[in-house]
Amino acid sequence: MREETSGQNSSNNQKIQDIMSRRYNRRRVLDKIVSVFAIACVLAAIIPLGSILLEVIRNGASAISIQLLTQPPGAIGATLESSGGIAPAIQGTLIVVGLASVIGIPIGILAGIYLSEFASGTRLFPSAVRLFNDVLTGLPSVVIGIVGYITIVLAVGSFSVLAGAFSLSIIMIPIVVRITEETLKVVPNSIREAGYSLGISKWKITLFIVLKSAKSGVLTGIVLAISRIAGETAPLIMTILGTSLFFSSFTKPIDALPLRIWRLASQPYDTAHSQGWGAALLLIVIVLISSVVLRLLAQRKGFKVKAVHV
Amino acid sequence: MATDGEAINDPLLKVISSKKEENYYVNRLRYKVSIKNLDAWFGTKQVLKNINLDIKSNVATAIIGPSGCGKTTLIRCLNRMHEMTLGASAKGCVVIDNNTNIYDKSVDPVIIKRRIGMVFQKPNPFPTMSVFDNVAAGLKLNGVRDKRLINDIVEESLKSAALWDEVKNELDKPGIGLSGGQQQRLCIARALAMQPEVLLMDEPTSALDPIASSKIEELIHALKKEVTIITVTHNMLQAARVADFTAFMYIGELIEYGPTNQIFKTPHKELTERYISGKFG
Repeated sequence: MREETSGQNSSNNQKIQDIMSRRYNRRRVLDKIVSVFAIACVLAAIIPLGSILLEVIRNGASAISIQLLTQPPGAIGATLESSGGIAPAIQGTLIVVGLASVIGIPIGILAGIYLSEFASGTRLFPSAVRLFNDVLTGLPSVVIGIVGYITIVLAVGSFSVLAGAFSLSIIMIPIVVRITEETLKVVPNSIREAGYSLGISKWKITLFIVLKSAKSGVLTGIVLAISRIAGETAPLIMTILGTSLFFSSFTKPIDALPLRIWRLASQPYDTAHSQGWGAALLLIVIVLISSVVLRLLAQRKGFKVKAVHV
Repeated sequence: MATDGEAINDPLLKVISSKKEENYYVNRLRYKVSIKNLDAWFGTKQVLKNINLDIKSNVATAIIGPSGCGKTTLIRCLNRMHEMTLGASAKGCVVIDNNTNIYDKSVDPVIIKRRIGMVFQKPNPFPTMSVFDNVAAGLKLNGVRDKRLINDIVEESLKSAALWDEVKNELDKPGIGLSGGQQQRLCIARALAMQPEVLLMDEPTSALDPIASSKIEELIHALKKEVTIITVTHNMLQAARVADFTAFMYIGELIEYGPTNQIFKTPHKELTERYISGKFG
């Protein structure tokens, strides 16, 4: 009887081997096709980005000059030498984005910490907060600009830095909240339990152990948010107005790079266009530098972990 | 601890000095931990039924039983970590030193964990901290500032955890860079730095290889002179090697408890005998 069953087993075995080998070549070809398709998709995604960057560098590099970087704008339609530069816009972007970050990042991180660490399960309030946060993420930036206009501009009586920073921070907060919450959730619970077992209070565990573990993720969120708001134009149109003057007060209008790019591109003059390209290149470079600097700052005390096994 | 003549004002140190002396004489007390009528639930499911158990001081007590019998739940109730899980609850008395019921309303569950430390099954050193900072974490985050004191305690704890010689020149290396066995000893040192009176160990060697496991077992032998140790294990041989007393649990109930020799050689209950001889679990 044993021979029969083993015979049956080996014939089943043979059947399986036949089926698997018969389909094998077809699978190999399919595998190759899908790989090629995947690579094509990657290229399709990268090529537009690459071509934009190339275009900006090509047109903008020639426009970069000391004059561009340090002079306020000159008369519209003037020659290149008297066209001035975009210095107020550079200053404005740094100030408005900086102020928006000072407002938006702490609020975003604290809300993210609340949602991850202190909001358990599906209670009503945390669920509502998450819902509102998701809605805010999708809000058109022009609408946020209008909100900024109605609240700050009308209240203060003029277009102002404050209004611009306020609107940008509204765009920034949901991004930071969502990424902070997700990153904190990924920190394994065993770390928190280790902290509890040492008799450490919850907020200290959250701040000094959990947040520290999630540091690089949270920072990615911040970098993403800053990159996003640095390029937002619609809210700025309605809140800071734009000007040719340098910064004077938080309650006065100011210029910013996205706004200046838009205005320069709208003019019919070549010098204006070339300045616009220069401004675009500058904006990309500023965002890049701030990302790199933030990352370096975060890694200052970080460890390079090499697995050492005894 | 030899400290020179400077005034020591650190409140944590005052507690430590008096507890060290207390521990020395604690043999005079009958029981370190008395568990009375302890019930525990996950939601509506009852996982511990009327546990009554008296743990002696300065000995190692093992809790054995098949998977799901409630061993881990029991020790998590002993330092009030059980109720931190969503939906979990516990009811009953757990009395330390015959004078403090940790389930009493006046007891702060955070502070009680400084007296009853815990080591987990899978080593969990803090990933962003060095070896030194890991051991010092409990002290620093609870307000101890005196650097010399912290240095002394870290060294002492690492020595008690039999890890000092291996890491003394690499205290600044990240904690997670150590091997599994070393990480577990690091976690033990971290728990010991708080100078606990009781150390709870949840299957401390089940994630480790035999050599690392035997190091930890030697550790338990040495440690129990200073700390009362309660360890959960499903390795019966380990319980026989390491523990002075053994408690056998089955489906949430305490079946039998006594000196290890008696439990393993002449168990009183049939269920115990069947488990010991491997007939189930």
